[in-house]
Amino acid sequence: MRILVCVKRVPAPGARINITADGQEVDTAHLAFTTSPHEECAVEAAAQLIEQHGGEATVLTLGPGEAEEQLRYAASVGMHKGVLLPTTDGEWDPQRTAAAITAAIRELEAADGAFDLILFGNESADSGGFQVGIRVAYALGRPMVNGAKGLTVDGGTAHVQREADAGRETYELPMPAVIGIKEGINLPRYPTMKGRLASKKAEVATLAPAADPGGLAKVVLARPAEKKSETIILGHGPEAAPAVVDVLEEIGVL
Amino acid sequence: MSEVPATAKCVVIGAGIVGNCLVGHLAKLGWTDMVLIDKGPLPNPGGSTGHASNFIFPTDHNKEMAFLTVDSQNQYIEYGVNNTCGGIEVAREPERLEEFNRRMTSAKTYGIEASLITPAEVKELVPFINEDIILGGYYTPTVSVVDSLQMGTLMREEAVNAGKLKVFANTEVHDIETETVDGITRVTAVVTDKGRIETDCVAIACGVWSPRIAEMAGANIPLTPAVHQMADVGPIEVLVESNKELAYPIIRDMDTFCYERQSAGSMEVGSYAHRPIFMHPDEIPSNEESPLSPTELPLTYDDFDPQMEQAIELMEMLGDAEIKYAINGLLSLTPDAMPVLGETPEVRNLWSASAVWVKEGPGIAQLVAEWMTYGYPRMCDPHGSDIARFYEHEKTEHHIYARCAEHFNKTYGIVHPREQWASQRGMRRSPFYAREEALGAVFFDARGWERPQWYESNADLVERYPVACEAREHEWDARWWSPIINGEHMHMREHVGMVDLTAFNEFDFEGPGTLAFLDRMTVNSCNVPVGRSIYTPVLTADGGFRSDLTIMRLGDQHFRVITGAFDGGRDKYWFTRNLPTDGSVTFTDKTSGICTIGVWGPKAQATMAKIVTSQHQPYDVTQAGFPYGAVRDVLIDGVPCTMFRISYVGENGWEVYTKMEHGLRLWDTIRDAGAEFDIRPVGIGVYAVTGRIEKGYRLMGAELESEYNPVEAGLARPKVKSADFIGKEAYLKARQEAETSGPAAIMCTLSMDSQMSASGIKRYPVGGNEPIVTPDGNRIVDSHGRPSRVTTAGSAPSLDTYLLLAYLPPEHAVEGTKLGVVYMNEQYPVTVARVGSQPLFDPNDDRMKTDPS
Repeated sequence: MRILVCVKRVPAPGARINITADGQEVDTAHLAFTTSPHEECAVEAAAQLIEQHGGEATVLTLGPGEAEEQLRYAASVGMHKGVLLPTTDGEWDPQRTAAAITAAIRELEAADGAFDLILFGNESADSGGFQVGIRVAYALGRPMVNGAKGLTVDGGTAHVQREADAGRETYELPMPAVIGIKEGINLPRYPTMKGRLASKKAEVATLAPAADPGGLAKVVLARPAEKKSETIILGHGPEAAPAVVDVLEEIGVL
Repeated sequence: MSEVPATAKCVVIGAGIVGNCLVGHLAKLGWTDMVLIDKGPLPNPGGSTGHASNFIFPTDHNKEMAFLTVDSQNQYIEYGVNNTCGGIEVAREPERLEEFNRRMTSAKTYGIEASLITPAEVKELVPFINEDIILGGYYTPTVSVVDSLQMGTLMREEAVNAGKLKVFANTEVHDIETETVDGITRVTAVVTDKGRIETDCVAIACGVWSPRIAEMAGANIPLTPAVHQMADVGPIEVLVESNKELAYPIIRDMDTFCYERQSAGSMEVGSYAHRPIFMHPDEIPSNEESPLSPTELPLTYDDFDPQMEQAIELMEMLGDAEIKYAINGLLSLTPDAMPVLGETPEVRNLWSASAVWVKEGPGIAQLVAEWMTYGYPRMCDPHGSDIARFYEHEKTEHHIYARCAEHFNKTYGIVHPREQWASQRGMRRSPFYAREEALGAVFFDARGWERPQWYESNADLVERYPVACEAREHEWDARWWSPIINGEHMHMREHVGMVDLTAFNEFDFEGPGTLAFLDRMTVNSCNVPVGRSIYTPVLTADGGFRSDLTIMRLGDQHFRVITGAFDGGRDKYWFTRNLPTDGSVTFTDKTSGICTIGVWGPKAQATMAKIVTSQHQPYDVTQAGFPYGAVRDVLIDGVPCTMFRISYVGENGWEVYTKMEHGLRLWDTIRDAGAEFDIRPVGIGVYAVTGRIEKGYRLMGAELESEYNPVEAGLARPKVKSADFIGKEAYLKARQEAETSGPAAIMCTLSMDSQMSASGIKRYPVGGNEPIVTPDGNRIVDSHGRPSRVTTAGSAPSLDTYLLLAYLPPEHAVEGTKLGVVYMNEQYPVTVARVGSQPLFDPNDDRMKTDPS
């Protein structure tokens, strides 16, 4: 089977994100970059499907030239090739991004045949627009399910599970289809050393993205007020036990 | 949120391995009312300790580091946080096997158990290694992994529980306040985000942040944060199955500058092979901005990739292991790869305990604690780590980055004891530089000074003195050396030579209190007539060597201290630190204004007689008119000069001092006057090694260290001056002990009986702490636990032998005693040729003190 996974280069989470003085960009001075967590799971899902069913997985991103790093990372954990849609003018809005990706997919499919599955992350870790996957699916006229926490393939059908308020929803989609993967569907593997070394040799194609800006424009970024956490020492040694019990009762675990 | 106390006796900043152990040791030494602060949380505030690989390979060629590493390991053992797993350094290149022989030698010196093993034996210990690509291993069974965070916690809590220490985590230092009174700047308070602490003692143990904290007080701690790449890969079946944190010895893949250390089910792979990557202390992210910690930055994979390939080559199983954790870990590098310890020269009572690695942390903490308590460390001499060693140009970021970039990839490198720096050269040049360069001088670096080690223009002397100038067969012995040195030596002994000594430091002291001040600083009396000189030890309070130097009395209230390039910074600190504050003595560093030429040899007097005058009158340069040890102002072809009749090479002659701007003319004048006697420029190879060792003259930092006293060094005079001086009480005690039971060790000169190796090559120990052993190969250790080791080694061309200097315990310090020296793991027979300081060459100093015939 042929799978395409679309990923986005985002600042690595886990630390305070600073914003530039003009409020227009994330201050990247101290930041590492990574792939959005949902998309890391999409890459893992693709890797597992290929392991089960054979075939080829391609990873695609639209972003700055440095986003090649994320393509190579995906290659180090099982993706076969990469496609980079390089941008030089900052963050693209969801509409424009979707249009450019759609055009790229059409070009890739025209050359090598249709992708059975196109996987997106449920939403990006930075801007969180929840839009690109669904816009691409709509433009390609393919069925889509978002929020996938389970994915199997059986002949020409993709079986998708997702969590609902009470229980699980199950979908069956005729392929080719588009799936929005949600974190938790799997535990993404780390690259192996061999994987990392092989990824340096992976083929990464560059396609020039072209699309008109959409309607969503950034006004300003602001950081929410920091929640100050304070450590209260309940005591030392066995004498602390009653106070610990009080807290456990208070938060309802006892 | 708790506020800090308003006052404290001592504030230690930084709760990594060093800060924690420092408060622990200070508490043991009786300090109370201490405060320890760190901007990060405990037990891991986010500095380099938190991500250290924590292993200890005890072998080091550097005596100071070897001692502190072994001592630290013992402290980790004492606190129950030392996990012994053994360690193997493996060789891929033949040159590395030679280095292993050298490591075996150092291990012998310091009493470290070690052995050389074959690839098959490596495989037995580490079954997953690819033995086909290695040539052998250097196995140290005592290699261990320590829990540095737990060690720090235990030391810190010990001080807390004793009621001597209060600890404040998550507390950021905003300022260190100082005040300047009578020209002396001292620390007064530490300002934090939780309040201000008045204190008159602050220690900076902030690792990579130390420079910016020191800067708050106006002091300079020269180091740079630098990246060490490390990845944790796993799980790996064989390691998981071992069911142990450490089931296998740590491997150091020396020729790829890489290590593999088990960490339970996974392997830590670390590298010193990548390009040097530095970061400014101000650019390090805060704890809040760091996903892992401020010193655990994201791995830059491109730099690490070649190491992965090499690691897989050595251990194939690593290839399929997942990279779970990978960092550009920050650690501290200094321009000379040594720690930065002691009181900052800029600010009194502001201490640095910086650029220290986990392997030597507890030992160095103890050393600094002793320094703060007793005025100088007791456990070992710290001169290599002393913060005062740096000259101004060595404290710049320019210098730090250049030198660190040069030595980073030598972390696992094979570094020759005589190895020269390639970067930051030409920083300080004498006025004779152009002449020397034209003569083919091969320049060695002396703390920025370019000093000719020998002159290619003297190559003809090799043919003239074929026996003395025998070539060295082994490349290692011949590296950074030339037979021309021995030719220059012979020529100087037979004719006359001129030596550029501009790298000397000249410190002038003037004023009514000068004599009393200098008498307090020195062992030998400074109360000599104007125009005379003093050679004297300078002692620590405990009676060990802090320095040795020469002082000229230029006027009733005017003295000039002359000391060498390698100790100038430390001596300047020590003398100015003790300067009276009442204005009775002024200090002037004249170093940059004065150049010096040594003129020595049987024809030195004839040379100088031609050109030295007093105004238009010829000057009497005979021993009668200008005796040994005298200092005189003269004219040399009209150039005002100060001549000092003395010699460090055992020849008749002078050190001639003049102002820098007169230097070139002075050089040319002496050269021209000496032309009829075939005067030759002579390099430092003669001055510092061959000439010196034939005379048995001691050198600070080699023979002279704070662990030894003047009695042991053979430098005690018959009488002790009545004036009080630093170290007097301890010195008197040492003399008393020597009288009743003999000194614990005596400096001796040993002569090599045979230099022939088993493979039939004549070898020449380089003087890198090679052990002196009994004829049957046992280590020699004195009653104070100090091993006998070579402090200087060198050719003695005029005695047709090869000499070694070493301290020996009294039972071996007997002339004629047969012993051995181990060099490159092979033992050579030696004989004790001289006990004490009487020279082997010209024992009565006739050449220096009588007119040449």
